[in-house]
Amino acid sequence: MDSAFVIEKFILVAVIFGISLVIAMYSTYAERKVAAYLQDRLGPDRAGPFGILQPLADGVKMFMKEEIIPTSSNRFLFIAGPGLALLCACIGTAVIPWGSPVLIAGKTIPLQVSDINVGVLYIFGVVSLGVYGVMIGGWASNNKYSLLSAIRAASQNISYEIAMGLSIIALLLMTNTLSLKEIVDQQHGWRWNVLYQPLGFLIFMVCSFAETNRAPFDLPECETELIGGYHTEYSSMKLGFYLFAEYINMFVSSAVMAALYWGGYNYPGMDSMAVWLGPTWAPLFGTAVFFGKICAFIFFFMWVRWTIPRFRYDQLMNLGWKGLIPLAIANIIITGVVIAIIEKF
Amino acid sequence: MESLSNKKKVLEQKPLSFMERMYLPAIAKGMGITISHLFKKEATIRYPEVEREFSTNFRGMHSLKRDENGKERCTACGLCALSCPAEAITMIAAERKPEEKDLYREEKYAATYEINMLRCIFCGLCEEACPKEAIYLDGPIVPADYLRKDFIYGKDKLVEAPLEMKK
Repeated sequence: MDSAFVIEKFILVAVIFGISLVIAMYSTYAERKVAAYLQDRLGPDRAGPFGILQPLADGVKMFMKEEIIPTSSNRFLFIAGPGLALLCACIGTAVIPWGSPVLIAGKTIPLQVSDINVGVLYIFGVVSLGVYGVMIGGWASNNKYSLLSAIRAASQNISYEIAMGLSIIALLLMTNTLSLKEIVDQQHGWRWNVLYQPLGFLIFMVCSFAETNRAPFDLPECETELIGGYHTEYSSMKLGFYLFAEYINMFVSSAVMAALYWGGYNYPGMDSMAVWLGPTWAPLFGTAVFFGKICAFIFFFMWVRWTIPRFRYDQLMNLGWKGLIPLAIANIIITGVVIAIIEKF
Repeated sequence: MESLSNKKKVLEQKPLSFMERMYLPAIAKGMGITISHLFKKEATIRYPEVEREFSTNFRGMHSLKRDENGKERCTACGLCALSCPAEAITMIAAERKPEEKDLYREEKYAATYEINMLRCIFCGLCEEACPKEAIYLDGPIVPADYLRKDFIYGKDKLVEAPLEMKK
C-alpha cells in the first residue's frame, strides 16, 4: 500500500464526510422551508439572506444549551447512545459509489471509498446497528417513556428490515452481485432497476421510511404519546447528535435508493456526454446527477412527512408483517420465474 | 333514543375496501394536495419590514394632540386616568406661566403625563372620556422592548410633533 493511495483515500473520506455533514445540516433548513411552503408560510428567513445561516444559528444554540445528565441514568451509556447513533449514520457512506472513476492529474481515482463485494450487506449491517444508538439512549435515560420509545424503534426496525431485505433479494436475482459499484454500472444509461423492479422499489422505499424513523413511521418520537420519545432526557448537543443522525440517515438511505434503483450516477445520453466533457468532467457531472437524485429523494422524504399523518402502532405492524413481507415474497417469486423463463428461451 | 331535531346521523364503520387498505391512492391524492400548496402565495406578512393595513378604527399607540395653534390640548383634568380600567395613566398637573401661553391652551396643563404600555389594554376609554379631544389612540403598534421601565411612555413619546415640524 503506497502513501499516495492512503492520501487519496483520506482526502476522499474527508470530502464525503464533509459533504454528508453539510447536506444533513442543510436538510434541517430545507425541512423547515419545505414545511413552511407546503403550509403557505415563509419559514426561517431572519439569519442571513433567505435564512441560509439558520443551520449555523441552530448549531450554536445546541452547543450553548445547558447539558443535563439525569442522576439516575447510566452515565456511560447515556453519553455513548448519541455518539453511536451518529457514528452508525456516518459510516454508511463508505461503500456508496459516488461516481465513475475520475482522471485527475494523470491518475484515475475511483469515487468510492471502498468497493467491497458485499456492499449491500454492509449497508444493511450499518443500518441495523443504527437502532442500537436509539436503544442504548432510551434505556440509559432511565425514563419509562424513553424506554417505551426505544422498544418501539427496535421492533419497528426489525420488522421492516425483513421486508427490506426480501425486496432487495429480488433485485439481487437480477443483478447477480452484492457490490454496489457493479449494481450501479449495470444500470448504464436508461436501464435503471426501478423500471424492472417497481414493486421492489416501492417496498424498499416504504421500509427506508420506517428505518429512518421518518413520518409516517416516526412512532419512536411520537410526541402525543411519548413526550419526546427516546431523546426525552437529552439536551444540548447530545440531542443535536440524535436529530443530526436522523438527517444523515435520510441522506444515506436516499443515496442507497438512488444507487440501487434509480441508476446512481447514470443518466440517459451519458455516452455522448462522456465524449464531449472528457474523462475528468464527465464523471463529475455524473456525480452531480447522482446528488440531484439524492436531493430529490430528500425532498420526497420531507414532502411525505408534511402530508401523511402518523400510523397507529398496530397499523404499522400490520402493514409490515401482513402487507409488505408477503408482497416482497411474491415479488421474489415473480422475479425468479420471469428470470427462469428468459434464460430458458 | 329518538332524535328530536332529526339532525342525528348514524355513521356506519365499514371495513376498509382493498383500495383503501393499499393506502397508496389516498397517499397520492394527499401528496397532490400538499404539492399544490407549494405554488400558492404564502399568507405571511414580513412584519417589521411590511405592515398589515389597519382598519380605520384600529386602536394603537396614544398621541396627545395639539390644537390648531400648536398648543397642547391636555388640561390634566385626570378623567382619562379615572376612566382607565387598567390604571395605566398617571399625570402631574401644573399651572401655566404667562410666558408659556403659546405652549398650552388652558391655564392648567400636564407637567408629566405617563402611560404604562404594559398595563394599557387599548380599550379606548381614555379617548372617550377626554372632554378636550386631547388623546387619541391613532398611532402604530407599540414596539417591543427589553426593560419594563422602557414601556412607561412619557410626554416625549406621546405628544404630537409641533405644527411647524409637521409641515
